[in-house]
Amino acid sequence: MKLTKRSDGRKFDQMREIEAKVGVVKRADGSAMFKIGNSIAYAAVYGPRELHPGHLQDPTRGKLRCNYNMMAFSGSGERVRPGPNRRSKEIGLVTEKALTPVLDLSHYKNMAVDVFIELVQTDSGTRCAGICAAAMALADAGIPMRDMVSAIAVGKVGDKVLVDLTKEEEDVEEAVDMAVAFTTRGGEVTLLQMDGIIEKSDVKESLKAARKACEQISKIQMEALKKKYKK
Amino acid sequence: MTIYIKTLLEKDMREDGRKLDEYRPIKIQYGVSAKSAEGSAKVCIGETEVIAGVKMDIGKPFLDTPNEGVLMVNAELTPLSSPEFQLGPPDIESIEISRVVDRAIRESKAIDFGKLCIKKGEEVWMVFVDIYPLNDAGNLFDAASLAAIAAIKDAKFPEVVKGKVNYKKHAKGLPLKGTPISCTIGMIGNKILVDPTNEEEKELDARLTIGIMGNKICSLQKGGEKPLSIEETEKIIDLALKKVKGLEKKL
Repeated sequence: MKLTKRSDGRKFDQMREIEAKVGVVKRADGSAMFKIGNSIAYAAVYGPRELHPGHLQDPTRGKLRCNYNMMAFSGSGERVRPGPNRRSKEIGLVTEKALTPVLDLSHYKNMAVDVFIELVQTDSGTRCAGICAAAMALADAGIPMRDMVSAIAVGKVGDKVLVDLTKEEEDVEEAVDMAVAFTTRGGEVTLLQMDGIIEKSDVKESLKAARKACEQISKIQMEALKKKYKK
Repeated sequence: MTIYIKTLLEKDMREDGRKLDEYRPIKIQYGVSAKSAEGSAKVCIGETEVIAGVKMDIGKPFLDTPNEGVLMVNAELTPLSSPEFQLGPPDIESIEISRVVDRAIRESKAIDFGKLCIKKGEEVWMVFVDIYPLNDAGNLFDAASLAAIAAIKDAKFPEVVKGKVNYKKHAKGLPLKGTPISCTIGMIGNKILVDPTNEEEKELDARLTIGIMGNKICSLQKGGEKPLSIEETEKIIDLALKKVKGLEKKL
């Protein structure tokens, strides 16, 4: 299939509109909102704080724990049953892996840093939106970080590599969807998930497109963080 | 904090400078999840923020009400909104909020459940209201109740094509006869105060949540360990009837 243009008129490598804000949850130690297109993620950080149950404590460093949750009304179809499910648990896990490499938790021995991600409205790319919000919230909480983390969904629809797929584009037959997170300065991949069948060259092209998009996202994240302290 | 709050109260003062019968500023924003939910709203009471969303579906009615729609209210005290909330199945606090909000809406008969019937005994509209605090700075009861009724007010029926729900298109709003609103009033010692902050909530000896629609009372829920005298109860209800007018205006 030849793809000549995107349904919403965007360029192939153009992201949907992004909005980012820091300090949205007053009671949290750090928090952020990240909106990309119609997907809206809130993240709040609590900690470092005591880690229960005790057998999970690590005497060499603190532990990052991430929880991803869709509000029951935030799905595109019928109501999502509240509470954890296999999908949300897996996303929590990969979010932890995406963020841990940039954190220095060596001073928080036996402690936990908890990140809670809530989706208010979803279209597509929610795990990436969650990771972007979580990275900002961690920075807002003052957790030592070596680098920023940004995430984006890229993929292949028809014969084109697209950046930031919509739900509609994801649902096209044989569409390939790839969630990627990059550290900003390091340019290293900390999240990589894909489903579908593509050539190796397409993976390479997708990663390149994701890197470019993440650089732009990172600027937006940094700007939002600075804005909180600008008066 | 305990001594601070109590000493101030003796002089009819509060930690944030409000009068005893004064609410924090209230803001309502509709359609915060407009692309996903049938109806949604965010309510801010001071720094307390709560989001509520409505999802609708077609389902079977209950056996004892074959020609009435179904309402389900659910609140989840997300650990995102407070260091005191934890992950896990709904605890008693969130169950109480769900049920108190549910009761005010259900018993006020604000929603015309008869009009939610599609085919008697077989198909009715189910209305799911889900409530999530974003930030708990106290008085989740009132914020949750206001968010729930605002989301219901914002909700529109999804289109039905050949018996199936099409969530992409929406038609008219829900059949509403009024807007039931909860007003929560607390007692610390012999002082009566509205809209407690989370610090004040810890000191509450008694709490009464009053669901009001128009000038009628549609639900009551007493909390706290201190018993209330009949006089105190009347005084609290009078104050609630007065304060609810201000809340209603924000809808």
